[in-house]
Amino acid sequence: MGYRLKMKLWRGDKSGGELKDYEVDVSEGEVVLDAIHRVQAEQAGDLAVRWNCKAGKCGSCSAEINGKPRLMCMCRLSDFEEDETITVTPMRTFPVVRDLVTDVTFNYEKAAELPSFSPPPRDADGKRRMAQVDVERGQEFRKCIECFLCQNVCHVVRDHEDNKPAFAGPRFFIRYAELDMHPLDTNDRRELAQGAAGIGMCNITKCCTEVCPEGIKITDNAIIPMKERVVDKKYDPLVWLGSKIGIRNKDTESRVPAKQGKAGHIKRPAH
Amino acid sequence: MSASEQGGMERHQYDVIVVGAGGAGLRAAIAAHDAGAKTAVVCKSLLGKAHTVMAEGGIAAAMGNRWPEDNWEVHFRDTMRGGKMLNNWRMAQLHAQEAPERVQELEDWGALFDRTEDGLISQRDFGGHKYARLAHVGDRTGLEMIRTLQQRTVELGIDVFMECTVTDLFKDESGAISGAFGYWRETGRFIQFDAPAVILATGGIGKSFKVTSNSWEYTGDGHALAMRAGAALINMEFVQFHPTGMVWPPSVKGLLVTESVRGDGGILKNSEGKRFMFDYIPEFFKSETADTEEEADAWYEDKKNNRRPPELLPRDEVARAINSEIKAGRGSPHGGIFLDIASRRTPEFIKKRLPSMYHQFKELADVDITAEPMEIGPTCHYVMGGVEVDADTQESAVPGLYAVGECSGGMHGSNRLGGNSLGDLLVFGKLAGEHAAKKVSGLGANRPAVAPDDVAAAATSAVAPFEVEGGENPYAIQHDLQQAMNDLVGIIREGAELEQALADIEALKERAKQMVVEGHRQYNPGWHLALDLRNMLIVSESIAKAALAREESRGGHTRNDFPKTDHEVWGKKNLVVTLNDSGDGVQLSEKPLPVMPDELKKYFEES
Amino acid sequence: MASTDARESTSGSMEAGVGGPTRADVGVRTLRGDRWWLAPLTTFVVFFGFIVYATFRAFAGKDYYSAPYLSPFYSPCLGDCVEGSSDFGQPFSWFPLSAALIILIFPLGFRMTCYYYRKAYYRAFWLSPPACAVAEPHGSYSGETRFPLIFQNMHRWFWYAAVAIGLILTFDTVISFREQTGVDASGHPTFEWGHMGLGSLLMVINVVLIWAYTLGCHSCRHIMGGRLRHFSKHPVRYKLWTWISKLNGNHARYAWLSLFSIALVDLYIWGLAAGWYDDPRFF
Ligand SMILES: Cc1cc2nc3c(=O)[nH]c(=O)nc-3n(C[C@H](O)[C@H](O)[C@H](O)COP(=O)(O)OP(=O)(O)OC[C@H]3O[C@@H](n4cnc5c(N)ncnc54)[C@H](O)[C@@H]3O)c2cc1C
Ligand code: SF4
Ligand code: SF4
Ligand code: FES
Ligand code: FES
Repeated sequence: MGYRLKMKLWRGDKSGGELKDYEVDVSEGEVVLDAIHRVQAEQAGDLAVRWNCKAGKCGSCSAEINGKPRLMCMCRLSDFEEDETITVTPMRTFPVVRDLVTDVTFNYEKAAELPSFSPPPRDADGKRRMAQVDVERGQEFRKCIECFLCQNVCHVVRDHEDNKPAFAGPRFFIRYAELDMHPLDTNDRRELAQGAAGIGMCNITKCCTEVCPEGIKITDNAIIPMKERVVDKKYDPLVWLGSKIGIRNKDTESRVPAKQGKAGHIKRPAH
Repeated sequence: MSASEQGGMERHQYDVIVVGAGGAGLRAAIAAHDAGAKTAVVCKSLLGKAHTVMAEGGIAAAMGNRWPEDNWEVHFRDTMRGGKMLNNWRMAQLHAQEAPERVQELEDWGALFDRTEDGLISQRDFGGHKYARLAHVGDRTGLEMIRTLQQRTVELGIDVFMECTVTDLFKDESGAISGAFGYWRETGRFIQFDAPAVILATGGIGKSFKVTSNSWEYTGDGHALAMRAGAALINMEFVQFHPTGMVWPPSVKGLLVTESVRGDGGILKNSEGKRFMFDYIPEFFKSETADTEEEADAWYEDKKNNRRPPELLPRDEVARAINSEIKAGRGSPHGGIFLDIASRRTPEFIKKRLPSMYHQFKELADVDITAEPMEIGPTCHYVMGGVEVDADTQESAVPGLYAVGECSGGMHGSNRLGGNSLGDLLVFGKLAGEHAAKKVSGLGANRPAVAPDDVAAAATSAVAPFEVEGGENPYAIQHDLQQAMNDLVGIIREGAELEQALADIEALKERAKQMVVEGHRQYNPGWHLALDLRNMLIVSESIAKAALAREESRGGHTRNDFPKTDHEVWGKKNLVVTLNDSGDGVQLSEKPLPVMPDELKKYFEES
Repeated sequence: MASTDARESTSGSMEAGVGGPTRADVGVRTLRGDRWWLAPLTTFVVFFGFIVYATFRAFAGKDYYSAPYLSPFYSPCLGDCVEGSSDFGQPFSWFPLSAALIILIFPLGFRMTCYYYRKAYYRAFWLSPPACAVAEPHGSYSGETRFPLIFQNMHRWFWYAAVAIGLILTFDTVISFREQTGVDASGHPTFEWGHMGLGSLLMVINVVLIWAYTLGCHSCRHIMGGRLRHFSKHPVRYKLWTWISKLNGNHARYAWLSLFSIALVDLYIWGLAAGWYDDPRFF
């Protein structure tokens, strides 16, 4: 059931590049990454491509296939017609390194700025207790494999380089949401989510959700709930009135505002 | 930048360098940092992508959340029995004792494990473990673990050099570690680390085999680096073949199907529809394994009054059984056998308990595991062998060189129980980090120095593949090596085949000298592979040599020509591999097994 | 509307993003070859149609009441409304224009700030972005951080109002099941229950869809339970939250369906009031 697949692969680096044509034999059940590996083994030994698990678990092999952000290892050739040319380019939001590889440091910097979990002391027997229903929301977000496809597709930074310093991106909004929903966390991250992370930049157009290979409902379950939590703090007349007359939300009153973390520990080569 | 050009060389000074950012490396870095050492992590891939991310089932730790009867002694006993008593008893003991607190710690750092009804960390059943003991998050426990450790590392501000490959270690005249040498994958430029302690946490060797659940990173770098620095490897003949890897389609052949499928009720059948595992229960495990389907099925509901199904025997037993069935012509259409959970559990149950397996088969094989059986077969999964270290400090024979995680040896004996690796990473990662930091603080200003000549030599050696005249393609050599290892040093071994393998490896070593790579040094996978291949070859040679020498069958090592387990002779010693004098191959020696103290021996008396 | 030509040449706005100096030089604003423009185009056409219709009807100021049915565009009718249509008095009887304009700000504001509608119109009208991985034509972007879009955060206020409107529309629907039998001695109308016409049926469908839309709102989901950290300590709110989450999963669908049903009920009442046809009665 093999056939000869026509591909266009973007070859180049910072100084420029182009879509180059390749033809390669492929067989049934293969994915785009298989075809690229064959090109690499037989025709272009120096073709740069990032991958690890080839099972959709590590989030290394993100690229754009026929213009759509996807994992190369989870993109089956049978999704395409046999005579269709498959075009693969690197992610177009991050600086290109070479061929299909981009510099995703942006995401690691954003991760470092995000204040992490801050738990209270353990229970007397040295264990912690949390109910399954209370951890489930966070678990959805912790499925994230950090493929950064959502960060890549998000038009806030994809189309506006100048927004990068002020915008953490969907991958980190789910992290904010995870921590804000954590049954044990003692921090309040709403100010940071709105301020430093720039959640207000997101116009909930949902492309992040569309591309997430883990099927995480980024917009509905994380970004919008976070926006609502910010509204609680800043814009809701009833919450404001309630706090004036002494009605408090028990869940939030004991929490202390979190401080922004410091980036700069992820080292990259000098250029 | 052209290949020959030196380029600028970066140089950094640290107290402790950790090579590898999997569970073991990150845990070690955190421990070293907490102990006050200036620490950096260096890894080949991006942070958070190491192999640990793929672990599915869980972390074995006798926390007793499901079974109050569980404790470290039972876990210790299970581990030793799973490893066919060849384990380093002290490591098995430390592991069993400390794993619960290490898991609890992950929760302090933000991990969200699945819960029991009482709100404690839930624990699940796995092969070889007497009690439900694996702390888990669905079937993506490794992801939870690496993300938690990654986030902790970042929070603590530990420096991480990612996509940076270490190719050489430096020693001073006294033979103590003085630093490491590597290159940035992105630019191809070199980087030198000055550090009196290096912790190897580079994972396994599976990429030397054709059918494997391991990724390109598993080229045995740590094993090779340690050997070249003068340390020894032990137990290299023991390679774990996981019984259930995907067999179809070809592009995903070897990809892991988690053991939880069986833990949650899946059974193995041959092409005649027979549940064949009942024919393969070894003497050693007879007393604790069900011998009728009724009892096996009842176990899932009532574990107290029934014995466990034979599908949950340790991995080596199951893998061998599957292999025999396939060889006997009772395999499935694509050369595996059937793993069936569809006929035994509801679709809802399967989707809830095994979401990523459901997804994996649906997406990659067009198989709906809630409706049809899976086709599976053995796949190279884990290497029990690794750097020989001191059980309490994880230091190797080379002062200042430590090894933890899959690249260290001894803990798992001849066969690793599922779930024991993740615990191993945490327990020994922490010990190694602490001891490395302590060692460095004891040195004061008296640090081993890196010799400039060694740096120049390392650089020359790294760019050699660009200089060579020849015509060998590294991808082709890798392919031939994988084929040879698979066919000749696979799950069932034979003297003549192992000799053939060694001859093949010699020939491949010659070909490797003629390897050429095209292009320049910037993110050039061909070049990276050429460098990794040297490690793969030497590690493959170690495996084949040790396998040829061990004339018995035990755990992850099965000899057709020596099918019996020989407790008298081989049960009492480890095989040790070191670099030979000329440095172009490996040599073997034997070493008696450390003797277990009597107070631990008593756990094994009844059997 | 977005260009249908995927292989457009570099436009000025691309330089701020995918055409920028550090990015892979692919040259075009998207390599997507599928019909990505179809969804925003459809949204654009349908919304535009609705806006034209709603504007016309809101300004018309007539043919919105045909006993016992009141058009949802005019409910509650607080201006100088036709007889029988004002169940809540006429505090704005001085208002010179159509009575719809007094109250329409609430449903309009609710829908304009709705998270789903925002997505739909940002994509279809603003092209920000027109579709995923298709470069948008703007040179700069600040999202919802500044005036006027920062007012999107008022969605919750509108939700509170929408609940009130929902109750009023429910009331309208209920009273569509009674009819006037005459007037009593003091001149007050007298009613009898048991009427049901095609109009009542349409109003029931409409009000069900409106509730499905209003209760599936993200703000509602948050207020009912989403804001909690411990579901386990609030079992009732957790149940509510799970239930609302299901509606919320279909929020886009109900946003569209309720939009159509409102227009349909209004159109039907318009026809009745204008005397184009009679209301078929079931009993
Ligand atoms: C599919 C699968 C499922 C598994 N499931 C389980 C399970 O359920 N339970 C369990 O206990 N175990 C499981 N295991 C085994 C376990 O995951 C691994 O043994 C363990 O993760 C190894 O961890 P590590 O920290 O030693 O190495 P890894 O996580 O593999 O990390 C190795 C690191 O070393 C780096 N590195 C390697 N060479 C170099 C170099 N030359 N220079 C710089 N850096 C280098 C790599 O970049 C990487 O960061 C599973 C394994 C697989 C493959
Ligand atoms: S929904 Fe928000 S975060 Fe997600 S892609 Fe759209 S703008 Fe970006
Ligand atoms: S949220 Fe989804 S798309 Fe974004 S990085 Fe995580 S897995 Fe990838
Ligand atoms: S290679 Fe790991 S996700 Fe594709
Ligand atoms: S989100 Fe759509 S109505 Fe509130």
